[in-house]
Amino acid sequence: MEYLIGIQGPDYVLVAADNVAASSIIQMKHDYDKMFKLSEKILLLCVGEAGDTVQFAEYIQKNVQLYKMRNGYELSPSAAANFTRKNLADYLRSRTPYHVNLLLAGHDESDGPGLFYMDYMASLAKAPFAAHGYGAFLTLSILDRYYRPDLSRDEAVELLRKCVEELNNKYRMVLVVLIRTQPGHQVGMFQTKVQKHAGLQRFGSDPVHQVE
Amino acid sequence: MALEDICCFKDKPTQQLFPFPALETDYHNLELERLKTSQTNWGDPQHIFIPPFPQATPFISRRTSRFRPPNHALTVQRPFPLSHGTTTLGFIFQGGVIAAADTRASAGGLVACPAVHKITPIHSHLVVTSSGSGADCMLWERILIREIRLYELRHKRRLSIRASAKLLSFMLHPFKGTDVCVALTLCGWEKEGPQVIYVCSDGARLQGDIISVGSGSPYAYGVLDGGLSWGLSKEEAISLAREAVFRATHRDAYSGNNVDLFHIDAQGWIQRPREDLKEEYYRELERRSKRRREKKKRDTIESS
Repeated sequence: MEYLIGIQGPDYVLVAADNVAASSIIQMKHDYDKMFKLSEKILLLCVGEAGDTVQFAEYIQKNVQLYKMRNGYELSPSAAANFTRKNLADYLRSRTPYHVNLLLAGHDESDGPGLFYMDYMASLAKAPFAAHGYGAFLTLSILDRYYRPDLSRDEAVELLRKCVEELNNKYRMVLVVLIRTQPGHQVGMFQTKVQKHAGLQRFGSDPVHQVE
Repeated sequence: MALEDICCFKDKPTQQLFPFPALETDYHNLELERLKTSQTNWGDPQHIFIPPFPQATPFISRRTSRFRPPNHALTVQRPFPLSHGTTTLGFIFQGGVIAAADTRASAGGLVACPAVHKITPIHSHLVVTSSGSGADCMLWERILIREIRLYELRHKRRLSIRASAKLLSFMLHPFKGTDVCVALTLCGWEKEGPQVIYVCSDGARLQGDIISVGSGSPYAYGVLDGGLSWGLSKEEAISLAREAVFRATHRDAYSGNNVDLFHIDAQGWIQRPREDLKEEYYRELERRSKRRREKKKRDTIESS
């Protein structure tokens, strides 16, 4: 089962997703990337029904890029999240709804970091931390217990490590995905450096592999 | 939806109210009207003849089923159970791509045809293995060949394999949720190297190193995952593919008869002669009995 998690800090958002693409009982791919880069500042994580995820996420991605081309400036994360939700809502009551669950993570100069939780019913919530999938049942309580708004980067990664450890403990399916495969968790992070513009920093697999 | 607009698939508002007693005749009229407009296929290259979705479901039941599970097919009942009995596989290694498939076409419990071609060449460096409904696969292979050839003629260069897979995936998207069932694996070579991409009518599009599809695929994966490495020689890779299909056909009732093997490298695809898996089975029996005899001999030597 697929899993997404996001943790927002004072000046960054930490997001992670599992790497398995499965077809019923068979894991067809162990290095599948569920993150879609909408712009330099926004990342969309998408899980759900097989074809719908890529179709919908690419549709949003191309539209966000088109906005930038047309208007000369990028959509803010909040605007992108609302645009995504609107599309989900429009298709929900059509003949072909998209069955996708999303996390949108972004960093804005004016608003700061933002994590947006969306699900297939076209709900939208800006949250300090969020998770999708069966793994969410196990990890949301850990996030509730240990999350603070002023977490440092290392503390956030440590919190993520706690979640991953719990998943390995209680949720055998995710064990194979998160730890054993080489890329493990793809961890993406946004930050704003004081002088420079926001950028995406991708960990290898080092922080997560400390669990082993 | 957006793709429907691009594909010029205009859903006629036939779900509107019309009086029930006149249901039959209206349905027929609308059907004919739909067929007529679909004849003009030449204008838009993306315009494919969409089969008329049965609008015979009464208006009332359609409304209440609004929150049905997504992609619940509003189609008629199948006349007989479809089974996607097959074993196809494709993998990449240093010497290119191997594509292998069995040759049995089953319809329920019947072996409808023991000698089907499940691997079809698209162009000189791309083959596609098919799984799912035989009729659908045949049609979609032809459509894919046509579209790739048209692109080549129009733009004077060949589509990459990833682009071909994306094109196929987008062409199949309007049929998601209907009974169209195709699971194709594009296996090919391009200058970036060998590639295997799985495209399914559910919408999945996955590039991988090993892809196996069909009812026999778990058995094939078991053999492939253990034996495959990048540095295999061509002969070793072919015998591994043959072994994988053989093991799958041995365990899976819906796969069997013969095995087709294709090898694709920088020079293009080469088809090996079709091999009867019955021979492989007897060779396996022979190997087993030989091993047993040798073991017995060793044991008697050791004990004496």
